[in-house]
Formats: sequence, C-alpha cells, structure tokens
Amino acid sequence: MTNKNTIGIDVARVRQDFPALQQEVNGHPLVYLDNAATTQKPLAVIEAEAAYYRRNNANVHRAIHTLGERATAAYEAARSRVARFIGAGDPAGVVFTRNATEAINLVAYAWGLHRLKPGDEIVTTEMEHHSNFLPWQQISRLTGATVRVVGITESGELDMEAFRAALGDRTRLVAITHLSNVLGTINPVAEITRLAHDRGALVLVDAAQSVPHMPLSVTEIGCDFLAFSGHKMYGPMGIGVLWARPELLSDMPPFLFGGEMISEVTLAESTWADVPWKFEAGTPNVAGAIGLAAAMDYVDAIGRDAVAAWEAALAQYATETIGSVPGVTVFGPRQARGALVTFVMEGVHPHDLSTFLDQKGIAIRAGHHCAQPLHACLGIGASARASFAVYNTKQEIDALAEALVQAKEFFDRVVGRAL
Amino acid sequence: MSLEELYKEVILDHYAHPRNHGQVEHPTAEVHLHNPSCGDDIYLDVAVKDGTITEARFRGAGCSISQASASMMTESVQGMTVDRARRLVTSFHAMMRGEGTVQDGSPDLVALAGVAKFPVRVKCALLAWDALQKALDQAEGENLHDGQKA
Repeated sequence: MTNKNTIGIDVARVRQDFPALQQEVNGHPLVYLDNAATTQKPLAVIEAEAAYYRRNNANVHRAIHTLGERATAAYEAARSRVARFIGAGDPAGVVFTRNATEAINLVAYAWGLHRLKPGDEIVTTEMEHHSNFLPWQQISRLTGATVRVVGITESGELDMEAFRAALGDRTRLVAITHLSNVLGTINPVAEITRLAHDRGALVLVDAAQSVPHMPLSVTEIGCDFLAFSGHKMYGPMGIGVLWARPELLSDMPPFLFGGEMISEVTLAESTWADVPWKFEAGTPNVAGAIGLAAAMDYVDAIGRDAVAAWEAALAQYATETIGSVPGVTVFGPRQARGALVTFVMEGVHPHDLSTFLDQKGIAIRAGHHCAQPLHACLGIGASARASFAVYNTKQEIDALAEALVQAKEFFDRVVGRAL
Repeated sequence: MSLEELYKEVILDHYAHPRNHGQVEHPTAEVHLHNPSCGDDIYLDVAVKDGTITEARFRGAGCSISQASASMMTESVQGMTVDRARRLVTSFHAMMRGEGTVQDGSPDLVALAGVAKFPVRVKCALLAWDALQKALDQAEGENLHDGQKA
C-alpha cells in the first residue's frame, strides 16, 4: 500500500527524515511554518556533515595527504553537484559563499564597485529582501550610480510596464528577486533577463526563495548572476552560492584577499588563482558544501517537480484557508505563488499573534521579514508569515487556521475587556 | 506560563488606552527608536527641568507589550528625578531578566514581570525604556552643554 498523495509524495515518510519535526513544543506537536527563514534538515544532510568531520576532515587544496585529497575531492564534487542542480554547465561558475547575502555583496563589491560610474543605473524592485537592496544602495553611494526601484501592482506582482520604462541606456544591472519572501510573487526572470540584455545590462537573480522550491536552470533563465543560501533548501547554515557566468568572474577582481585565493604572492605584487577559487579566500565551509550537495541529492530523490507541485497545492490551500479566517488579510497574488502566505489580523499585532501560535506549537514569522520598503509600500509596519516546505501538510494549515480563529477570539476578548 | 499570565488585563488596558500618548510641546529630549528585528517603533519626548522629569509622552506603533510598556513607563516617570528614573530603568531591566519585580513607578509595571518568561518578547517591553535612557542621556548632555555655556 502506498501512502503517496496525488502528487506522488509520501509526506508522512518525508517527515520521518527530519529529526527536528519529531518533537512537541509547548505541549503540542511542532507545526513548523517558518521555512522561508530556514528549513529543517533531513538526516541525510546532518549525517553527510558529520561523516565528513568523522572521517575526511582536512584543509582543501593544499594538504598533500590522503585526508586532504578526500576533502578536496568531496568539496569539488559538491561544486559540480551545485552546478548540475541549477542547470549550469561549468562548475567554474559556482562560488561557495556563506549565504545569499554574501553572494550578492560579492557581486556588488567585486563587480559593481569597479564597473559602475556616476550616472550608471541599477534597476531593482520594491519587493526585494534587504540583502538584494542594501548592497546596491551602498554601492550607488560609493560609485555615484543611481538605484531605480520598480514598484508593484495592486495584486502584488511586479509592474512590468514600469520595469520596461525603468530600463535605459545607462542601466548596467538589474537586481531582482525570483520569488518574493513576503508576497510569494514569482517574477518572470527569463523575460526580465531578455529585456535587460536587450539594453546591454547584466542581470542578478536573488534565488534564495526559489531554488528550494522549484526546478530552476540558470541556462534557461539566461541570467548573469544567481545567488542563494543552502539553509533555506534543507542544507546547512553558513553555506551559500553565487553562480556567475565564468567569463564574468574571470574579469572581476577578488572580493576578499588572503589564503587559498592566490596564484603567486611576492612582497611587491600578487596574482590570483583561477575562478572560482579566486573568490574563496580562506578556509571554506567544506562540511557545509558537502551538506548542501546532500540536500540537493535529497530534493532530487523526492523529485523537484513533485516538490513544486506539492508546495503549490499547499500555497493554494493556505491562501484560501488562512484568507477565510475572519479579520485576516492576505497579501500577494492569489494564484501561481510561492509556498508562503503573508497576512495581518485586524486588531492583533503580528508579534502577539506569533506568541499566541507558539503556545500552540505553531512556528510562524512575525515582523517585516527584512523587507521594510515593501512593508512601507503595503502600508503596514509588520506582518505575519506562514511559509511551507515539502514536509508540511494540509492538516498543519488547518491547525494554523484553527489557532488563528482562537487567537482572534482571545485578543478580542481580552482587549475587549480592557476597552 | 499561560497566555493569560502574559496578556494580563492591565497590560491590555494600557494597550487599548495608552497613557501620555502624543508629543511634548517643548521637549528637552526627543528620541526615535526602532526595533530592527520586528518593526516596533517609538517616538519619546521628555521634558526635564532642574533634574526632574516634568513630562514624558510617546507615539509609535507596535505590539501590545511594547505599547503597554511605553504607556506604563511614561506614567511612571512623570515627576521623577532623573536619577530615580535611571534607577527604575535598571530595575526594570532586572525584572526582564526574571530578577525580582520593580518597586517604584506605576504599580501596573509588575504586570509586565511575566514577559521575562517569553525571552523573544523582552525586547518589545524594553524598547520604551531604552528610549527613556537615551532621552535622559540627551537631556543631561543638554544641561551639561548649557552649563558650559554659562
């Protein structure tokens, strides 16, 4: 007998792979709905990291001994694994970073700082996470380039007309999120890339929220840079990826200087290693890279199309279920959205809501989700967000909706008493 | 720790009816503090005369804990000397670490003692008090400045 759902995923079995899900919080089974912040880790990832430290731990690219060879081989195999996962032909385009934030900063400092001139323009959007906005705000100050911010439509989608209008002869870079971490909007990054390339601009895609949840190919998108974190896709914390076209990387100076990234060092002058190692100064997070490769194996074993289909079903169900709770307003597109639902409840601050839900074992995120300009645009200070991963169930969404009804009753009652 | 213990009626009363909401006409110090992790926001105006807080008023947006705490704080420090208000800030911090309850200020303040059991919410309760500390620093710096001028 199979327990697979209509999409072909046996969610109950998948849940068994995640030790952290097997616990009670405040006397209730944990309902973990903060996956856009970070996902839980499957045993396969935890054990891949542990196995590396148990047996193969050595520094990479310099130790002339067996363990060093093993560590280097595993690290470089992880790089190839990442390249395959994102549809990049050449592993030389894969730079390991700490996270998506560091990956974007790498582009900002190693490309932007040297290439942008006063009057040049960077086009970005109102729905960016701070990590794809602040580096450009800073670089524009240092270079005299201008940041142009494209707005969103009523329904929370990118205003494509405004985007087209924002592109100009001085546009050098378009920096855009693939999937908004607040609205759940999926941006048409392939079309955006085509439009930007027509104007001679490069394109950086922040894929922190998309890589974990949908099949994705940098070749199909056609972009020039793509950044994401490992920890949002079942991988370890402290490992992220910048993918860039290798010829762009070759033309860029290093971001950080120090060990490992050199070819030859003299007191007078130094030369740099080939790409991608030129951008990996210091001892890298080898265990993290190996854990990330294990996470990619894990996702591929379930099937990325199946993961995307299941999460789309969850998103649709959650948008309807949470949206129908009295007093709740849901943001973002109603359909074809990423696996997250951001909402506010009338009369209940998101913090108070989050504390209430936590008492029921339900973990959501409350705050501005590192997207303050977007919250300003939506006219709210903070919001609540439930975000999903492959191991979540419709029953968990029902539990959330039921707890939301209770929260509304509780706060209406206690605040009402105070009134 | 139950939700009822955190959300005591007196806290929600301050949330629903914040005391000293608004601006001080001629403030000695104005502080704007923002909790970057969650977006809670407070504007605090304080008037200090001869070492005594003559008026404290706030505006802002945030959760029930942050707003109630701001309301109780302003209620507590009206008419207090700056030194006494600073001691109250210290003992409020101690209460948020779960070390006893405050003995001074508004009697309502002890209702916030339960926040210590919810570590992630402590910063909500502290925002107004951090603003007060800054405002008092500002006010005293101002006085020092005036003294130097004279």
